[in-house]
Amino acid sequence: MSSAPAVATPPAPGAPLTKKVLTADHPTWCPGCGDFAVLASFYRVLEKLNYPHEKIVTFAGIGCSSRFPYFVNTHGGHFIHGRALPFAAGISLGNDDLHVFVFGGDGDGFSIGGNHLVHTARKNVNLTYVIMDNSVYGLTKKQTSPTSPIGFKSKTDPWGAFDQPINPMRTLLNSGATFVARSHATQVNHMTEMMLRAAKHPGFSVVEILSECVEFFEGAFDAAVPRKGGTFTLIEEKKNDGSPEDAARHDPADEVAAFKLAGQAWPGAFGVFYENKARKTKNALEAEVSAKAREKTKGAADLALLQSTFSKLR
Amino acid sequence: MVSPNSPETPGGAAPASARSINDVVIRLAGNSQDGIQSIGGFLARLAGRSDQDVMTYMTIPSTISGGPSIFQVRMGTGDILSAGDRADMLVAFYQHSYEAHIGSLRPGGVLIYDSDHVKPNAEDNRFTNVAVPITTGTVEAVGGTSKDKGKNIYVLGLLARIFDLEVPKLAALIKERFGGKNEDIVRNAMLAFDAGYAWPQNNLRDLFYRFEAVDQHGQAPAPSPRPQVTLDGNTAMAYGLIAGGVRHGAGYPITPWSSIMEILRSELPKYGGMFLQCEDEIAAVSTALGFSYTGQLAITGSAGPGLSLKMEALGWATMAEMPIIVVNVQRGGPSTGMPTNVEQSDLMQAIYGSHGDTPRVVLAPKNVEDCFYIAIEAARIARAYSTPVLILTDQGLSSRIEAFDEPDLPKLMVDPKPDLAERPADFKPYPLDAVTRHAPAGSRVASGKYPVVTGLEHDEMGHPTGSPKLHAQMNAKRREKIKALAATLPAPELTGDSAGEVLLVTWGSNWGPAREALVRIRAAGVKAGHLHVRHVHPLPHGLEQTFARYHKVVVAELNDEGVYGFGQFTMMLRARCAMPHIVSVTKTDGLTFKVSEIVAGVAKHIESTALEATVGTARSSALARG
Repeated sequence: MSSAPAVATPPAPGAPLTKKVLTADHPTWCPGCGDFAVLASFYRVLEKLNYPHEKIVTFAGIGCSSRFPYFVNTHGGHFIHGRALPFAAGISLGNDDLHVFVFGGDGDGFSIGGNHLVHTARKNVNLTYVIMDNSVYGLTKKQTSPTSPIGFKSKTDPWGAFDQPINPMRTLLNSGATFVARSHATQVNHMTEMMLRAAKHPGFSVVEILSECVEFFEGAFDAAVPRKGGTFTLIEEKKNDGSPEDAARHDPADEVAAFKLAGQAWPGAFGVFYENKARKTKNALEAEVSAKAREKTKGAADLALLQSTFSKLR
Repeated sequence: MVSPNSPETPGGAAPASARSINDVVIRLAGNSQDGIQSIGGFLARLAGRSDQDVMTYMTIPSTISGGPSIFQVRMGTGDILSAGDRADMLVAFYQHSYEAHIGSLRPGGVLIYDSDHVKPNAEDNRFTNVAVPITTGTVEAVGGTSKDKGKNIYVLGLLARIFDLEVPKLAALIKERFGGKNEDIVRNAMLAFDAGYAWPQNNLRDLFYRFEAVDQHGQAPAPSPRPQVTLDGNTAMAYGLIAGGVRHGAGYPITPWSSIMEILRSELPKYGGMFLQCEDEIAAVSTALGFSYTGQLAITGSAGPGLSLKMEALGWATMAEMPIIVVNVQRGGPSTGMPTNVEQSDLMQAIYGSHGDTPRVVLAPKNVEDCFYIAIEAARIARAYSTPVLILTDQGLSSRIEAFDEPDLPKLMVDPKPDLAERPADFKPYPLDAVTRHAPAGSRVASGKYPVVTGLEHDEMGHPTGSPKLHAQMNAKRREKIKALAATLPAPELTGDSAGEVLLVTWGSNWGPAREALVRIRAAGVKAGHLHVRHVHPLPHGLEQTFARYHKVVVAELNDEGVYGFGQFTMMLRARCAMPHIVSVTKTDGLTFKVSEIVAGVAKHIESTALEATVGTARSSALARG
């Protein structure tokens, strides 16, 4: 039985959040797993955001990466496989003051939860989703995942996978997500920046982080690791400074350009592919429905409202 | 009584030839676009506003949109508990309506048919046949339009005259119904009504009836101290949820559940809440659980197939001890089955339909009024015990219209405000020695240690454990709270003889027909009682003692007798009480129980020749000339 390390003195309300305060159970991941770096970056993100401690929620589905909430001392939970997003939508819409972070893997997000990803994205529910993509089912010990590349030898494709893998960036863009970014677990500063921007984005924000499974898919993302001979290509964003080189830079508001970037050959580029701050969030739209309804009923108390309904049923 | 719009309408009070009746069953058969449902609606509302006549109704909706549709109305003085086995009067709009439903008419009954569309069998002399030019009569009244819209209102006028109904009240209802539209519509409706009302006076000599002021036992119904409201079961459920303090929910469309989500989608925003239409059933239950996690008890619902999809998440809800209300408007199964028919075959699914040991609560309303109250009770239990509560209603209740006392809302309304107060330093989400009370996201915990809600077996703080001892202890914790609830449940409603030959047992919407069946069984000289169970899981205490006082316990339920020869609730009762004299009467024809079916089933089990003798006798119509 594991338990959270005791916090000797509880932090005073309003005291800055520190890694020490945010640390909970010791991670159960294998030594060398990319997810450790994601967790370390997330502590830094929370330190920088410094939200009121009780208003942070860390939620997850099922998978190695989905153990995340046990390792972060915030309100949080561990739901069923693939359904963390609709649960988190209920949290976000149920209490708009909360800051909701959902963690999961490629199987959780793109396979069993694929439909929820599409619909949470199109509805633009205000929450941040971090997909720790290792291109393999790790918790169940090496089966083909929806992002496993063609040729990957797994226990379910011992001859090498041959189904076309999902292109996560294209899938997310197509779904209508309003913030789509990509990072790599070996790039702590970049991950932190991407998660910070995602958290601050009003609406549904997704960061896909390539996070290596050293046990079952070693070297999967080496093509983007410079010290292993790969290339980590950053997306240069437009500065709108009128300079000639700015014309070649990427405009995250440009959906067509984002799709082009998403179509680049492996290992592709890293950074913010798409950002749309103009679209209203589901949270705002539902609040408008309620505000209009209450305006119509002149803000009548609950009892008066229901009494008036029943008087019409006489 | 004079029709309000046309002074030339003949007639005044009911003719001297008007005969007194206690109750009547009228079946209206046409197509769904004819608006026959609204005739029933008007009659139901009229009942709600009448001081003397208590009337009860039931719809049997169409199976195909735009296709044949019927509506059966039962009106009378005194308690009316079922829609009636067979009709005293059939109003047939088309030949197919006549052919499909003439068999439901009692001997001596009255057939009213649209002579523009129907040619009845001339050799069939079992009934009083009345030819009424419903279509041309309506077209002439409304002013020559080729469309025959308004036939329903014409028929309403016809019935108002034949049964001496309160015309001013009906006219007021028609005006309320169409008042929001343009004035021509109200005028046309009243013209059609008057034409229908005038017809019998000129064409019928002795088909006039009047409801007696006393019921069949000679008792005048006690005037209701509260105003009556008239609504269907799904509407009652939706408003019961609101009264019970439910402000959030999520769902996915499926018949016959959808109208609950439609009402809540429009209503909850007025109360500062929201109801979301999700991408699928699983997302709906997940989102509802997310709402509950923020401290706002939420509702989801569906019919059987949707419940199957929600089951994994409901297993999580038991494990994580997250309160949620789940409404299942049962229909005929398995699979897509008979989506617009009634069945009670989801009981075992409701109680056991998850993986692992998942103790939870299952309630079933007995009638439309009870849909309202059981929703409030479900909300109370879900909060008090941090548990999923399933409500098993059914297709019959969902669309049936009944009139009942307006609820005492100031006494019933529950404040839905989530409790976000700071939790003390020793807060634990899963204490072994107490019922779980979650700290909703957003609430501070004084220790600075925040809880995890989880589907993994966990320790008291919600952290995962592989400890065999803790798994056993936590299983016991989840079970014991449901047992604690069982100990608080009131004894089920018992009517009739408190000991004797047979105890009839029902759950859900079979309450009404069983109560009527009990009257007939006792009238045949059999000492019998009726026990109705609303809390179907956990069961209340003391059932064994009650059952022991009867020679046979006969459970009537709308599901299959199964491989072992017992209905689903019967299986539960046999398992709970270990009493072999508990037996079943089951059926799966997609229709509610007829009173005679229950009587026949009981007769078979107790081998009562006196009772059997009553089963075969076809009662003649209350309208028969005699």
